Amino acid sequence: MADMNRFGLGLRKPHYRDFLDDAPVAVDFVEVISENFMIEGGRPLDVLRRVRERHPVALHGVSLSVGSADGVSDDYLHRLRRLCDAVEPMFVSDHLSWSRIGAFNSHDLLPLPYTREALDVICANIARAQDTLGRTMLFENPSSYVSFAGEMTEWEFLGTMCARTGCELLLDVNNVFVSASNHGFDPMAYLAGIPADRVRQIHLAGHSQGREKLIDTHDKPVAAPVWSLLATALQRVGSVAIMIERDDDIPPLGELLAELDTARDIAAAPARRAA
Amino acid sequence: MRLLTLQRNFGTWLTTESAGIAARFGEEARPGLAVYLNNYRSQLLSCLSTSFPVTRAWMGDTAFLAAAATHIERVPPHSWTLDAYGHDFPETLRALHPEDPDFTEMAALERDLGEAFVGADSARFDPAALGDIDWDRALIHFVPTLRLSSVTTNVVPIWSAIDALETPPAVVRLPEPETVAIWRAEFASRLRALTAEEATAVDELREGQTFGAVCAALVERHGEEQGPAIAGAFLGRWLSDQMVARIGA
Repeated sequence: MADMNRFGLGLRKPHYRDFLDDAPVAVDFVEVISENFMIEGGRPLDVLRRVRERHPVALHGVSLSVGSADGVSDDYLHRLRRLCDAVEPMFVSDHLSWSRIGAFNSHDLLPLPYTREALDVICANIARAQDTLGRTMLFENPSSYVSFAGEMTEWEFLGTMCARTGCELLLDVNNVFVSASNHGFDPMAYLAGIPADRVRQIHLAGHSQGREKLIDTHDKPVAAPVWSLLATALQRVGSVAIMIERDDDIPPLGELLAELDTARDIAAAPARRAA
Repeated sequence: MRLLTLQRNFGTWLTTESAGIAARFGEEARPGLAVYLNNYRSQLLSCLSTSFPVTRAWMGDTAFLAAAATHIERVPPHSWTLDAYGHDFPETLRALHPEDPDFTEMAALERDLGEAFVGADSARFDPAALGDIDWDRALIHFVPTLRLSSVTTNVVPIWSAIDALETPPAVVRLPEPETVAIWRAEFASRLRALTAEEATAVDELREGQTFGAVCAALVERHGEEQGPAIAGAFLGRWLSDQMVARIGA
């Protein structure tokens, strides 16, 4: 299955010119932050239209707030629907987290308690989002720095969420590593526990050591233990779209493409073993 | 703790840093709560710095960062898009620096330029169609991003100088408030000060008056020779500045 994997990068402003140059960039897809393009017009949408002519595009959101106890925003969903209609994305994803409650929007991916009540809320919100968008969404496991008393593990929560809503998963391997370190669980148990057949996309990114926690900073190359986890994850999942996110201290595109080659090498290894 | 209560408490923690609220999450949560608080504040500060670079350069880092901290404390974000967070920042500057209207006006210019940058697209008027127009009855439709605002200081030349990395002039109060037009031409946001007469003409056209009516008003004020010439000069400038989307009857 590994030869069916696709490899991509997050499309960020410093690389717009590279992606619009005559020479094609060696990626199978790009991913953009949905909210940056949920706008009326102007250059960003023009860039996205032109990139879309060359590459499949995945839409990755940060503001759906699917864990909000008071529901998801219709206005947000209708704007996202318009973007989906324009882009015809390969995936539409967001996070297993919440950002907004009432009129307050934190613009951060805040943690959820893994309780039956939260599961009911999220499943209802996912159903509404998928109905409005007319498509299946992917949800990403977050990095988290606080855990609450719960009734199940994060991977059990994800499994039930997928079973109840039909949604799929964006497995962020770096987030597994960061959260495992911060909360003291076994990342291998996490990878063994998620519904692997629901994973459609994989994120890779760098992290930093904070005072007491690992922080998901996206400002460094992917760390060695995360590459090891990727190798493990790829032995469980089917064909997936694998990509690297870099949001700060963004290097020249060539450096990210070289990093993506590491992902290609790792993805090729199980296939070689299988052969 | 119910989910709704947990989320309200978490939001209150981020906006107030209340030790009492933090205690509800337990002692073991403290290091993680500090991470979220830092993420929240640094993201909003980054948003304001990115949205108002010229204002920051004009005010100086110390004054700008103090104002940003006050804004973050007083104005929690409410929109789904972080881009909207700076919308009320000029009002924070007005409250903090009532003696420095240039700060408020500069920030309002930057906000409007930013909003024009991602505003609605429109067709560009084709000058080849000028010959077919019945000018007496013509309605001029400006691009949808066009916005007029009023300034009391010389922030337009200050903004232009800072944007061009040149030494800006000293701030002065204008003898009369001045109208500034902000719009997007192709993909670039633009701004320019309008004379009072041009601003009136733009306002009248946006209210639905015909070009003929605007021309007649100018004839009344300036006579048969000057009036049409002034109207023609306005129109020529609007077309060359790409402020016009469509001219129709």
